[in-house]
Amino acid sequence: MLSKKEQRKEQIMQSALELFSVKGFYNTTIPDIANALKMSVGNMYNYFKSKDILAKEIIKYISIYLGHKLKEINELDISTEEKTRKIIEVYFETAMKKPEMIDYFLRIYLSTREVFKDGCEGMICVNEFVTEIMIYFEEGVKCGDLRDQDFFSAFGLFMGYLGGMVFLRGENILPKELDDYVDDISYNVYKALSV
Amino acid sequence: MRVLWLSSIACNGNTHSFLNYPYMEQFLNDFEFIYHPVIDSNYSLKEIVTETIACDILLIEGSISDEFKRADVPVVDIITKYAKIVKKIVTVGTCATFGGIFRESDYKDTTGLHFVKEVKIDKFKDLLNKTISLSGCPVHPEVLVNTLYAIKKSVDLQLDNFLRPKDYFAYTVHNGCTRNEYFEYKVDNHKFGELEGCMFYDHGCQAPFTHGSCNKILWNEVNSKTRAGLPCMGCTEPTFPKSNLFGTKKNMGIPQDLPLGVGKRTYLTLAGITKAFTIDRLEKKLFDD
Ligand code: SF4
Ligand code: SF4
Repeated sequence: MLSKKEQRKEQIMQSALELFSVKGFYNTTIPDIANALKMSVGNMYNYFKSKDILAKEIIKYISIYLGHKLKEINELDISTEEKTRKIIEVYFETAMKKPEMIDYFLRIYLSTREVFKDGCEGMICVNEFVTEIMIYFEEGVKCGDLRDQDFFSAFGLFMGYLGGMVFLRGENILPKELDDYVDDISYNVYKALSV
Repeated sequence: MRVLWLSSIACNGNTHSFLNYPYMEQFLNDFEFIYHPVIDSNYSLKEIVTETIACDILLIEGSISDEFKRADVPVVDIITKYAKIVKKIVTVGTCATFGGIFRESDYKDTTGLHFVKEVKIDKFKDLLNKTISLSGCPVHPEVLVNTLYAIKKSVDLQLDNFLRPKDYFAYTVHNGCTRNEYFEYKVDNHKFGELEGCMFYDHGCQAPFTHGSCNKILWNEVNSKTRAGLPCMGCTEPTFPKSNLFGTKKNMGIPQDLPLGVGKRTYLTLAGITKAFTIDRLEKKLFDD
């Protein structure tokens, strides 16, 4: 169970995420977030000392959220092909149910590096998520399913593709919902990565 | 104490290593070889195999096969005979302990005294409680000599699952390497023989998952492989020898063998953090050209 303070923090991050996705990151202020939660600005600062700190905590929160989901998949006794599909399903499901999360990852974390350069060096703030992707790759190679290659060439292919699809959805360009693409995308990704 | 050094299928590497023991004179005052292949001893090999000469410690060097003979007597018979009368048996080196490189020889069913790689064998199982394993290719002379002194003084040595004294084998070879800082911050821009860089990430160093004291008890009292700039090849382990000793086996960039006892998630989490930073001091040469 989360402590009361942790629960409150989560609420703040969740509502900040929603505001960011509607108003944009720079246009959202701490008072806006406090308002949305009917909190005083002073109290808000008890939880997060600045918007930059909040921004970093949010990316960690998302990484932990997705990391946990991926860890469950990694621990299943299934083939790499099935894992590939499940990871894609989870990613798309999150993009549909919590679009603000993936949105934040793609539009804010990846493109607002100046906010994250101190304290989120390299992939520190997305460690939980990246670690699970690494384990999925590593185990895939070890059991002979995936082709051994540089981590980033595989990571880029995987994340670039999924991120691209979610982006298109966000721009209302995709004619169908994301889950309609799971079959084809899983097939493509696995075909591209396998031996 | 009377000691028999019995060579089975061996390259005599352990003998050479032993000859580098710096206090040999003292050692030879305290111990007497009834037979040693290169050191003057009181009995010939012929006498050793035909008679039963009084003896306290049996040292076995080299892997063992039923087919292999010394002075026309199967080495297993010599072992069986002397094992009965000695106080302790010591397998000297990785071949005598796990089969080692001579597992690949043409002799049939070549093994160590009690193990083939990690697998325990039954052949000499009634000798298990007499045996101490000293693996290494070759064994470190001080590890050998200190163990013999421990036997002489009846010290109760704690042994690991492969019967190796924990005093030397509870550590990993990584312990005490001068490159530990480079390991911590994941810097391996090593060039063989140079002082900078840790060889775990690209150059095949097996020290973090190899049991031994090479970096605690230095070789020739001066240096170790890894300090000098050569990767540890894991010569004390049952799996020795492996192939491709100069490169780290990786799957999508992740080392296949991780430091002993460190889980994959733990390793990757730490790696992710340290890799995010560049420590200038560790990227530079220690000495100017
Ligand atoms: S070179 Fe080997 S022994 Fe030395 S720090 Fe690196 S891994 Fe450890
Ligand atoms: S450094 Fe490694 S390979 Fe070298 S002697 Fe020690 S255990 Fe054997």
